[in-house]
Amino acid sequence: MDLSLSTRTVGDRTVVEVGGEIDVYTAPKLREQLVELVNDGSFHLVVDMEGVDFLDSTGLGVLVGGLKRVRAHEGSLRLVCNQERILKIFRITGLTKVFPIHTSVEEAVAATD
Amino acid sequence: MATVELRFSALPEHVRTARLVAAAVARRAGVDEAVLDEVRLAVGEACSRAVGLHQNGRINSPVKVVLIEEEKQFSIEVGDEAPRSAPGERAPGAAADDVETEEDEMGLAVISGLVDDVEVSAGEHGGLIRMTWPTTPPAATPVV
Repeated sequence: MDLSLSTRTVGDRTVVEVGGEIDVYTAPKLREQLVELVNDGSFHLVVDMEGVDFLDSTGLGVLVGGLKRVRAHEGSLRLVCNQERILKIFRITGLTKVFPIHTSVEEAVAATD
Repeated sequence: MATVELRFSALPEHVRTARLVAAAVARRAGVDEAVLDEVRLAVGEACSRAVGLHQNGRINSPVKVVLIEEEKQFSIEVGDEAPRSAPGERAPGAAADDVETEEDEMGLAVISGLVDDVEVSAGEHGGLIRMTWPTTPPAATPVV
């Protein structure tokens, strides 16, 4: 399975819905998407990972890179994820302390901290 | 005995193939279903790292994956042919070293977080990551 990406705007947030596998091959596409959004002035991003089947460290690197970019504009990058197999990767790398991780898009969009 | 051996050109698009093959062979070898996700992720990390090392070092040889089924255990060896230079010595054409080193370390961090039994070695002829998981023999078919 390849990577699928779609974006929509909810208030002042941009929701990026990601599906499929984020790995060394597909991660550059996600990176391009995040860079493009930030360049177009979207600084409050919600990355919905509910449709992600696989995530590796390359994908984590892209998300960290995205966070760095939005923070340069005082923005935010929130994740939506309930899948244990994906959450585990954030835990073992200590990134649960870096990313706010929400259980639903609604919750992420409403979050302000 | 090597059950399955796989060699692939050092291209990112082939890493997924290596993951699928490794997971399929691990399942057959009797690695617990609950651990297969970890096998898939760990072998993907090791292969991504090897692909990166080959690409950065402009090495044309393939990345090698050896899947070894043994009694009570299953091992995966991912070998690269990127020579490790002495500290302070830079491989020619190795740009953006910091970013690459960071990604390399993140991959290794994931592997060591996932796999209890892992050995990483590297020398002038390349590196090898060996990961081992216990297997459970197939349960005897109950007589009805």
